[in-house]
Amino acid sequence: MSEHKQRKNVSEKSGRDEDVQRVSEVIGVLAKIAEALEKGIVELYNIDINIDEVELKLPLQILETLPIPVAITPPPKAVAEAKPEVQAGVAVAKAVEVVGKKVVELMTLAFEEPKLKFVGKVVEVKLGATRSEGGTRDRVIVLGGHELPPYYYLTGYKPPYPPAFGGDVFDMKISLPRAVRIVFGDALDNPEEWARIWVNKFGAEAVDLHLISTDPSIKDSPPEEAVKNVDRILQAVKVPVIAGGSGNPEKDVAVFNKVVEAFPSEGIVINSLNLDMDLEKVCPNIAKTNAVVIDFSPMSVEKAEEINRKVYTWIPRNRIMLDLNIGGIGYGTEYGFTAMERARLGALLGNELLQHPFNVGAANAWGAREAWMAMDPYWGPREIRGPLWETLTCIICLLAGADYFMMLHPLSVKVMKSLREYLFSEPKPRDPEKALDWLSAKIPVV
Amino acid sequence: MPWKPPAPIDIYQLLPKTNCGKCGEPNCMAFAVKLVNLEAKVEQCPPLVEEETYRENLKKLRELLLPPVKEVVLRSPKKIVKVGGEYVLYRHELRYMNPTAIAIDIDDSMDRDAILKRIERIEKFEYEYVGQKLKLDLIAIRSTTNDPKQFAKTVQIVSENSSLPLILCSLNPTVIEAGLNVLTQNYKPLIYAATKDNWRELAELAKRFETALAIASPGDLDTLVSLVKTISEGYGIEDLVLDPGTFVGPNGLAYTLKAFTWLRYKATYDLWKYTGYPLLGTPISAWTLVEGDVTDKMWWEAVLATMLTTRYADILIMHSLEGWVLLPQVMWRFGLYTDPRKPVAVPPGVREIGKPNEMSPVLVTTNYALTYSIVMSDLEKSKINAWLIVIDTEGLAVDVSVAAKKFTGDKVLEVLKSSKLDEKVKHRILIIPGKAARVSGDIEDVTGWKVVVGPMDSNEISKFLDKIWASEKLKELTQT
Repeated sequence: MSEHKQRKNVSEKSGRDEDVQRVSEVIGVLAKIAEALEKGIVELYNIDINIDEVELKLPLQILETLPIPVAITPPPKAVAEAKPEVQAGVAVAKAVEVVGKKVVELMTLAFEEPKLKFVGKVVEVKLGATRSEGGTRDRVIVLGGHELPPYYYLTGYKPPYPPAFGGDVFDMKISLPRAVRIVFGDALDNPEEWARIWVNKFGAEAVDLHLISTDPSIKDSPPEEAVKNVDRILQAVKVPVIAGGSGNPEKDVAVFNKVVEAFPSEGIVINSLNLDMDLEKVCPNIAKTNAVVIDFSPMSVEKAEEINRKVYTWIPRNRIMLDLNIGGIGYGTEYGFTAMERARLGALLGNELLQHPFNVGAANAWGAREAWMAMDPYWGPREIRGPLWETLTCIICLLAGADYFMMLHPLSVKVMKSLREYLFSEPKPRDPEKALDWLSAKIPVV
Repeated sequence: MPWKPPAPIDIYQLLPKTNCGKCGEPNCMAFAVKLVNLEAKVEQCPPLVEEETYRENLKKLRELLLPPVKEVVLRSPKKIVKVGGEYVLYRHELRYMNPTAIAIDIDDSMDRDAILKRIERIEKFEYEYVGQKLKLDLIAIRSTTNDPKQFAKTVQIVSENSSLPLILCSLNPTVIEAGLNVLTQNYKPLIYAATKDNWRELAELAKRFETALAIASPGDLDTLVSLVKTISEGYGIEDLVLDPGTFVGPNGLAYTLKAFTWLRYKATYDLWKYTGYPLLGTPISAWTLVEGDVTDKMWWEAVLATMLTTRYADILIMHSLEGWVLLPQVMWRFGLYTDPRKPVAVPPGVREIGKPNEMSPVLVTTNYALTYSIVMSDLEKSKINAWLIVIDTEGLAVDVSVAAKKFTGDKVLEVLKSSKLDEKVKHRILIIPGKAARVSGDIEDVTGWKVVVGPMDSNEISKFLDKIWASEKLKELTQT
């Protein structure tokens, strides 16, 4: 059983005080007591009530000294139903409570939209090349061009290019999460088929080919083989193609040199260059083509400046993307997120070394155990957890300003494409009142 | 301009300057620095709080360190949840302070058993992560019946059976009042919500019962700030929480993102007081606004929750109690609210797992707190005896530290030498994580120990050791 907050000695104050507010408080208590008694759900302790005094003296005094009251609160049901023995007291108390209040009128204010001042602009980078540009792609993707931080929706500014979503394909069979194996089935043995399914069935806007068989510690397949694999994908799909190395700095230099030499006008994206590489051995060759590079600087804005500065020696700025790396939720997502936010703000504040669109290796999300491991049934099937983990990791990067996403699961791509459509529409709810439907809706408990 | 902390010297001038050390710092200047970095609170200085002479100074200090987003405290007799209290728009500008509180709904059409069951699921939700227990924070009671008595009854049952602070949700003042009437005075709930239609009645209630009050103005920021001004100045209510409306789908979702961003921007960059309050989002809206089956609604509820957590929501009201919906939310919230100035790392060195001897396996991992705690818990579960070398990767996980050249032979050698592990074991075999396979050569070259590449995930270490650390296998290894 509960007590009321406003425990006061009623009789002590009543009948001799012109302090309107206090009087009305006292009366308010009375009303509540009456109401509560009626409901029978409240016990009162240490409260001294003298109803007679209140009932008879107060209203007269107040009414004499105050302007005509404006009714604010409709009488609560409970009061209307008050028991006979307290009805009179309740009615009076309510009347006085209303009288005692100062009437507050709505003070109107206008919400002035934020005024952001930025001077920098992210370069526009084009992935892929059409026939008229010397390539064989049906579609190209342009990224970047931002002049403001993402998703501020300021009047008069529309971000020039929305983000894009590509599907991951590996040049050899590797161990993949079950949720991914189920979707692609036998195509996992056949990179071309895998790429075709991505584009034709699941709407991938580019294909990310990972040439991991070139890794000296895996198959050490020669650069020539990598060229053949890239060619197969270029034949199989007509979207931009990202050619990724194995992560071995020496071997990647050899592989990238061969790939750009073989496809100098396809707008191939090289994934990725980093500070461990002998950049002078690969950048001059890339520069001769129309390939785009991704500069990789794991979670370090300072190193990102350093590698970009080096790469500028050979490659024009509008052919460079930046990858600050990301971990799945729970596995360091905040490092990549914050690095991206810092880098993008730096870029817009005028730091030219950071004015590049962001690439995100969203497939990293699957590195989180919660994305692939069998867990207690309460946590749900991993076939749901996995794609959700990848989707949510993408969303976090999207909000930090990421432009291109390399993804492993079609469901993640599907959700991200819907989200892009939603976020790039006019920010004006069609039916504002519906936002409160949840308040009284019957919602099933699952 | 964003909020800037005061200079330590200005803070120091207001401290007792006695260097008494009661706050745990060697002197008042050190404490001043901590205050400015928001690593300590003024209340940690006992003389300041206890002695009458410092009363004025205490007040000034609190004002100087006041966050642009007000901190609102919700309370039950057993728990306190603080929301808001934020200083910055971007995490890297300082840090985020009070993690987004997650409320789960209960509605007043549920019978007693259903309510008790739901309370139990809410309170039992827990996930162990980096040595922390991730949990849910609040219960939001909705009135679907619009019947004051029914609502009061539900609030009563919840308050008697749950330890969590509450949000009472209805637009009907009579319903809210009935709910408030059954709460004891050591509750400080949040009332949801005052709107353009009921604000007078709700403000009266919030004032009378000394509760926090949410203001909802879906799709209309002008009305929202007008209500803030009116209620804060007209009624003197300062414990406000703002909901600009959570929408999904075309137009709506963009609006929600815009509204949350604008509100927090105006609070932290323009220091506009009418926006300087905690923000509330309702991923539960997915259940009424998303068409499709239950799984679709849950997906979008998860999507909304992650978006809103990332974009400044201080309170979320959710419906799903599904583990897969909530797990990424509590994990992301934890990460987002860590202090970016401090790497989440454990000290490097050698740890003994079980009772290792001179022939026990030697494993290597990084000092990233998460990697470390996962490896430790897997090893402890498997009940093996082993030595675990924790190398200083500056708080980076295995794959990232390999990419960043922080997982190297030199780092392993450092620990081998400083711990004298080479004197404690007879064999010369190191087992490194599968994800560090690429650096096995480097580690062998630098340490002179044989490197065996272990499994990709530490939950397979025990299985792996069963295979490799068997006597015949071991002989092979030690001989080569």
